[in-house]
Amino acid sequence: MNAKLDFLDGRNGLVSLLVLAALILIVFPLAMGVDQLNLTGRFLSFSFVAVGLVLCWGYGGILSLGQGIFFGIGGYCMAMFLKLEASTPEATAIQTTPGIPDFMDWNRLTELPWFWVPFHSLTFTLLAILVLPAAFAYLMGIAMFKRRVSGVYFAIITQALVVILTILLVAQQGFTGGANGITDLRTLKGWSINTDEALVTLYFITAVLLLAVIVLGKWLLHTKFGRILIAMRDREDRVRFSGYDVANFKAFAFCIAATFSAIGGAMFTLQEGFMSPSLIGIIPSIEFVIFAAVGGRLSLIGAVYGALAIGFLRIAFAEAYPQLWLFLMGTVFIVVVLFLPMAWPGSTRNMRLGRAAC
Amino acid sequence: MSSNTDFLLAVEDLTVSFDGFKAINGLNFYMDEKELRVVIGPNGAGKTTLLDLICGKTKPTEGSIKFRGKELTKLPEHRIVWEGVGRKFQTPSIYDSLTVRENLEVSYPRGRGVWGAVAFKRDEALREKTHEIASVVLLAEALETEAGLLSHGQKQWLEIGMLLMQDPALLMLDEPIAGMSARERELTAELLNRLAGKHSIIVIEHDMNFVKQIGRKVTVLHQGTILAEGDMETVQSDRRVIDVYLGH
Ligand SMILES: Nc1ncnc2c1ncn2[C@@H]1O[C@H](COP(=O)(O)OP(=O)(O)OP(=O)(O)O)[C@@H](O)[C@H]1O
Ligand SMILES: [Mg+2]
Repeated sequence: MNAKLDFLDGRNGLVSLLVLAALILIVFPLAMGVDQLNLTGRFLSFSFVAVGLVLCWGYGGILSLGQGIFFGIGGYCMAMFLKLEASTPEATAIQTTPGIPDFMDWNRLTELPWFWVPFHSLTFTLLAILVLPAAFAYLMGIAMFKRRVSGVYFAIITQALVVILTILLVAQQGFTGGANGITDLRTLKGWSINTDEALVTLYFITAVLLLAVIVLGKWLLHTKFGRILIAMRDREDRVRFSGYDVANFKAFAFCIAATFSAIGGAMFTLQEGFMSPSLIGIIPSIEFVIFAAVGGRLSLIGAVYGALAIGFLRIAFAEAYPQLWLFLMGTVFIVVVLFLPMAWPGSTRNMRLGRAAC
Repeated sequence: MSSNTDFLLAVEDLTVSFDGFKAINGLNFYMDEKELRVVIGPNGAGKTTLLDLICGKTKPTEGSIKFRGKELTKLPEHRIVWEGVGRKFQTPSIYDSLTVRENLEVSYPRGRGVWGAVAFKRDEALREKTHEIASVVLLAEALETEAGLLSHGQKQWLEIGMLLMQDPALLMLDEPIAGMSARERELTAELLNRLAGKHSIIVIEHDMNFVKQIGRKVTVLHQGTILAEGDMETVQSDRRVIDVYLGH
């Protein structure tokens, strides 16, 4: 096999990647109607977060219960751009201040806040989706990892930050759309995002981006950086006393996971047509971890199956028994975090090797 | 105190206090380039703590540690490694999920920054170095073995090998033969004798037979201070040393 493709973990790795590609690029689109495909596309956007968690939690041992923050940054950035495009002076002529998003007008803002202004530009928005989460994760990471905050403490702090973020989003209605979020998103550079055709196109973009992110993740794990991630999880002190600044490595893994999550968030906004605080709070943040865990924690591809499986199960089950579903998810969470600290029993060898099971 | 820059390592007036308990108490300790020094002492004497202080794992309450004239107490751990100090822990610290080869490669002093690690490429020099070190620590046959599957003694050797990959000026080995068979102990003694001319080495050990096999200059620690220092005979016949340590 071509040495350049070695990082896909040989034949098996390539096959499982192709199986996933065939499933999401061919089988789903053929078998599903537009609504269902759109739903699946949203599950795929969640799996970006799960893939990031496999890197930083599964391999690096950094459990974040706050990935909603980054999913939210991506989602809100995209929503801000779309909202500005939807808020032309003509479309908002009946407002007191035409040309600003409707919720701002309702909250008696008379001017677009400064931090909204650059989101008129699509280029800026796309850059922000990639850079903002990484920058934020870097700051969070350095602040905590340099102080040797890790394990449960790190998880709890990330959880607290999610809570703070959602509270802020809800409270600052005039700037953020509050609890309703940013709604009524219509076009992207004039291209309507609500038509059947657009939904199918967006689905395909999501699927291709997801595959790209997985390949990038696999490549990263294959580098020396990947081995150091595993080494840190095994024995952090040994890594430190081999001359590495452990905090930087952890922060980097966390940044990668953050950027992946934000891409997912942006694709989610495009497919869902809105973004709101309830989509990024504590419960979604915990669910992301469950997706990664169900997928085996050490498998980038497994994370996608985890997100899809839980997503479809929820549709089948949660509508009928919403309370029970919540308990079930809670139980699954506790079981996977406490009792399955590594991966599915069948993949123990891969787990020991620290290599992706598929 | 005048020209402590001639020493490889000069530890002066070192004190560390854990909630008032002084595990190291006003300690002075000097080492020359290429010296092999054995540190002995009863349990709790402060031997491990001394290594912790030198490698930056613990910060001293008072005193200074100069390595080739450079103050170590102010440097973060990884920078102390960059200065050329390698540390082996009392319990073998290796990466169980990685192979022996990967364990050695991770310890290679190139690609130590995040970007360096991402861009890192295995080259011929690394392959050769890995092979060379693996043979030195008797693991040449086990390069592709998962490190978690090694015997206890082999894990100890692997960790020494990981240090050697860094080519450190000073090797600090905390009880390197703990858990080894008699045969493995012998091989380790040979290994240390071979390394002695190339690196400065501090070995902490309890086994007096082993100490005799490698011992040149011996330092006896007791309650955080140096009780005696000198060659094996001097130390063994020292009254106080016999009382607190060798007597049993
Ligand atoms: N972080 C710490 N906090 C409190 N006390 C400590 C700490 N580290 C070491 N000590 C104490 O300092 C003393 C010296 O411990 P140290 O581990 O250096 O002994 P040692 O000479 O290596 O002993 P051994 O031969 O058993 O390995 C012990 O009494 C120990 O309990
Ligand atoms: Mg000790």
